[in-house]
Amino acid sequence: MKLTLRVWRQKNADADGAMSTYEVDGISSDMSFLEMLDTLNEELILCGEDPVAFDHDCREGICGACSLVINGDAHGPERTTTCQLHMRSFQDGDTIDIEPWRASAFPVIKDLVVDRSAFDRIIQAGGYITAPTGAAPEAHATPVPKPDADFAFEHAECIGCGACVAACPNGAAMLFTSAKVNHLNVLPQGAPERETRVLDMVAQMDEEGFGGCTLTGECATACPKGIPLVSITGMNKEWLRATRKAAKR
Amino acid sequence: MARTVWDSSVGKKTVMAVSGLIMLLYLVVHMIGNLKIFFGAGEFNHYAHWLRTVGEPFMHYEWTLWLVRIVLVVAVVAHAVSAYQLSRRDIRARPSKYVHKKPRASYATRTMRWGGIILGLFIVWHILDLTTGTVHPGFQSGHPYQNVVDTFSTWYGNVIYIVAMLALGLHVRHGFWSAAQTLGVGSRARDRALKAVANALALLLTAGFIAVPVGVMTGLVS
Amino acid sequence: MSTYADYTTGEPVADTKAPAGPVHERWDTRRFEAKLVNPANRRKHTVIVVGTGLAGGSAGATLAEQGYHVVQFCYQDSPRRAHSIAAQGGINAAKNYRNDGDSVHRLFYDTVKGGDFRARESNVHRLAQISVEIIDQCVAQGVPFAREYGGLLDTRSFGGVQVSRTFYARGQTGQQLLLGAYQALSRQIAAGNIELHPRTEMLDLIVVDGRARGIVARDLVTGRVDTYFADAVVLASGGYGNVFYLSTNAMNSNATAIWRAHRRGAHFANPCFTQIHPTCIPRTGDHQSKLTLMSESLRNDGRIWVPKAKGDTRPANQIPEDERDYYLERIYPSFGNLVPRDIASRAAKNVCDEGRGVGPGGQGVYLDFADAIKRMGRGAVEAKYGNLFDMYQRITDEDPYEVPMRIYPAVHYTMGGLWVDYDLQTTVPGLFAIGEANFSDHGANRLGASALMQGLADGYFVLPATINDYLARNPHHESVTAEHPVVQEVLAETEDRLNLLLTVDGDRTPDSFHRELGELMWEFCGMARSDAGLRKALERIPQIREEFWRRIKVPGTGEEFNQSLEKANRVVDYLELAELMCLDALHREESCGGHFREESQTPDGEAARRDEEFAYAAAWEFTGTGEAPVLHKEDLVFEYVHPTQRSYA
Repeated sequence: MKLTLRVWRQKNADADGAMSTYEVDGISSDMSFLEMLDTLNEELILCGEDPVAFDHDCREGICGACSLVINGDAHGPERTTTCQLHMRSFQDGDTIDIEPWRASAFPVIKDLVVDRSAFDRIIQAGGYITAPTGAAPEAHATPVPKPDADFAFEHAECIGCGACVAACPNGAAMLFTSAKVNHLNVLPQGAPERETRVLDMVAQMDEEGFGGCTLTGECATACPKGIPLVSITGMNKEWLRATRKAAKR
Repeated sequence: MARTVWDSSVGKKTVMAVSGLIMLLYLVVHMIGNLKIFFGAGEFNHYAHWLRTVGEPFMHYEWTLWLVRIVLVVAVVAHAVSAYQLSRRDIRARPSKYVHKKPRASYATRTMRWGGIILGLFIVWHILDLTTGTVHPGFQSGHPYQNVVDTFSTWYGNVIYIVAMLALGLHVRHGFWSAAQTLGVGSRARDRALKAVANALALLLTAGFIAVPVGVMTGLVS
Repeated sequence: MSTYADYTTGEPVADTKAPAGPVHERWDTRRFEAKLVNPANRRKHTVIVVGTGLAGGSAGATLAEQGYHVVQFCYQDSPRRAHSIAAQGGINAAKNYRNDGDSVHRLFYDTVKGGDFRARESNVHRLAQISVEIIDQCVAQGVPFAREYGGLLDTRSFGGVQVSRTFYARGQTGQQLLLGAYQALSRQIAAGNIELHPRTEMLDLIVVDGRARGIVARDLVTGRVDTYFADAVVLASGGYGNVFYLSTNAMNSNATAIWRAHRRGAHFANPCFTQIHPTCIPRTGDHQSKLTLMSESLRNDGRIWVPKAKGDTRPANQIPEDERDYYLERIYPSFGNLVPRDIASRAAKNVCDEGRGVGPGGQGVYLDFADAIKRMGRGAVEAKYGNLFDMYQRITDEDPYEVPMRIYPAVHYTMGGLWVDYDLQTTVPGLFAIGEANFSDHGANRLGASALMQGLADGYFVLPATINDYLARNPHHESVTAEHPVVQEVLAETEDRLNLLLTVDGDRTPDSFHRELGELMWEFCGMARSDAGLRKALERIPQIREEFWRRIKVPGTGEEFNQSLEKANRVVDYLELAELMCLDALHREESCGGHFREESQTPDGEAARRDEEFAYAAAWEFTGTGEAPVLHKEDLVFEYVHPTQRSYA
């Protein structure tokens, strides 16, 4: 396959960026999208040009590092991560636009690499269960109903890639935040911190400069792990419950 | 608690949801009242007069009406201010756009924002037209039936009203469902039911309100 | 002239920290004998932890909970992305919830035997003991393990054992366990007990007066190379499987931290013990950048076969039953498709070498679910393996419900690593290595679902207990500053290396060298190794290294985000480590676990271990790039699990 790539190039966080056009040839449909970019980069290095910087690591769709907006879609046309997107999803002769996640809470570091540390700070605000090592009771002491365990798992699947923020017209981090709130709040182990968790995480999310939710559903459509939109509803419910309880205290 | 709610993006959405639902409830009542116009001037004017005497003798003349108006003004202001502040936050959160545009990406958001602005402007016009009569040539206080017929006898009156009601339909359609999510009552099992109710409400309100100008235009109401 | 292969044998090394006495009492004894640091004094101690995977994440969180000041590093943008996240299958624990005859002793026995009697008994027994606490800890953190309808934890049997002791969270157990550790870490970061440096890569170790006192690390965003100091350094930087270029490791997983520590005095043990995982998706072409593992759990229900005839190119469904060779079931009737990884991998290689492999290039065997679908129904297969089947289909564009999967072995895990004693301390005092970075518990072959167990055992329980002893016994270090001449020297060496990479301005990319090295290693130091092949590799590696320093091209500068520079610097270390791996493989003239020497086979082609000569861990001491290292042997004593020739027939 022969393709035309239009790639966002930006030297560093302070520089202005722009789209640059490259031609790549000899692309196999079995290649992953990132392998296609590897091919481009090998050529660029040999020409003495700066290769295109992009985040990637496991290339198995689980680490959440890869983060490209391809033809306007976070992670491209298939519902998966960029690293699991294969070139068979494209046609010979296609022009492909490749851009970084765009949100003021995710500043660009270089080219297609953005800073997603805001997500870490949201987790630090309360996305955990306080269980110091050694203090744990026997695992079977507290049974967890299977539906609750499955519900928790479904939300715990979030890989923190940030596609939800990239796809949201408001740059909101509601789906990310709600996934963790729902995961931990449904479990009996998470109950003691249930209220502070959601209040603190939502406050941190606002603090980081993410937008608000207008329930467009773009986040859930882009999510490679299929975290459902109703996850946000669940977090809203938890937040209201926590706010009411906090007021009573 | 008020501080927590107002300072949080989730809280402000709650304010929008609650104020929106208050307005929605009002609109349903308002729409049903409007339909009285099809039973003639007598019944319609009598209904309009009754609105001022509701609650008597416990309430003084127009007290109830003013109470409702105050609640509505608070709801409108809270709704609009929250919407404005949230929109500003949203726009700030996404300062640079994607080069590769996807039109569908912001359909619901745009409908809500522009729809909201249209509705806000409409409410002002609507009050000046049929409550105070400020922009209504030949407004007769105490003769609502005639005033309504007058308004809908002009082309612009019909256009403004019908466009606003279509915007209202779209606004309610996303807004009702959205409010349910914000208030945490949505769920996977309930989602279809909620969407159906939202669609039904939107359709009912739009159809109910538009029935009046259509009635005037077709001569059913004169 | 002496060559690299002319290694010398030095003093034996001994694990001086493991107490004597009955094996099940040793850990208690050690913990009791270890000195403690007064809680009030802990915050005065700084501990550097490199890596945030299962081992590093859990260690950082636990040390911070204990009150130490932790400075932690990861090259990823977030601690949550460490490659532990990709582990699919599960985590072993001797809970015996199934009442199927499991016990701490059985897990201990299985691990020593599975490791082909090349692991240390005291360590393995401790691992089995701690395994039960890990599950408790993770459940308390909210790890959503699979559960039964009664609300209790579900388990399954996994890779070569006959009890159901593997706890799992669908096919994403590593992810869930890692997020548990990451969340515990996050809590400590928020509390100010951990200073986290993401996107920062360790490039060297600082050893002052014989003790590990800090590291040199590069901020990958600004390019700034800086020094960080501590009272102890913990390496949790993972394995070195990426030496092979193609592996199931993450693209950026690398050996720099452990290799640089080795160069500064830490012995490197059993580098040739690499695990080739039998169930990976075969490569499709030269563009391949990495290999993807399909969980071993697939072998519970899938049947592995190849055509009986050589060069049979018919589609799988047109090959009749009697022309198929279910070779694992044929050769190993009692374990069948569930034989340990090393055996399954080698068997696949053998049938492919015979010309009976399937798929492009004949580098693949079938993993067939047709019988399972017939027996359990498609729905049940989907419920159990749905996400794996989807992943397979996404990568290969083939529907595994309709046509059998094609699989082929790939480098997956490295049992070798920095030599550590019972306290997980390396030969450099104050330098500890945990998780895959050390060599400890898996011997010559790791059992499925044991890596997660070991990483968390090291990080949550072992290191936090043993590091106390070191810190308590060495309470008053002179403080080291950036002005210290040793520090200046290490820093200058690092900067010079990076500058050199940038100034060669040759005509080959870092990846091209990495690929060349990887192909060489896969051919000569992969699934089957021979004297001649290893000698060839040992001859070739210095040549590649020489060419590297002549022809490498790294664009850009060092003072910016520069992924080519990162890569090139990692390749520098692979080019040295590969040599040691080949030497270790050459010197170990026996077959054991993942290490198969063609010269050492039983008459029927099985691996032949030679306990009289090789029942030791080989700890290598660095003497200089390309210079013959010194071998230190740690004799392995088996008091409880007596070495037998493994038999899975």
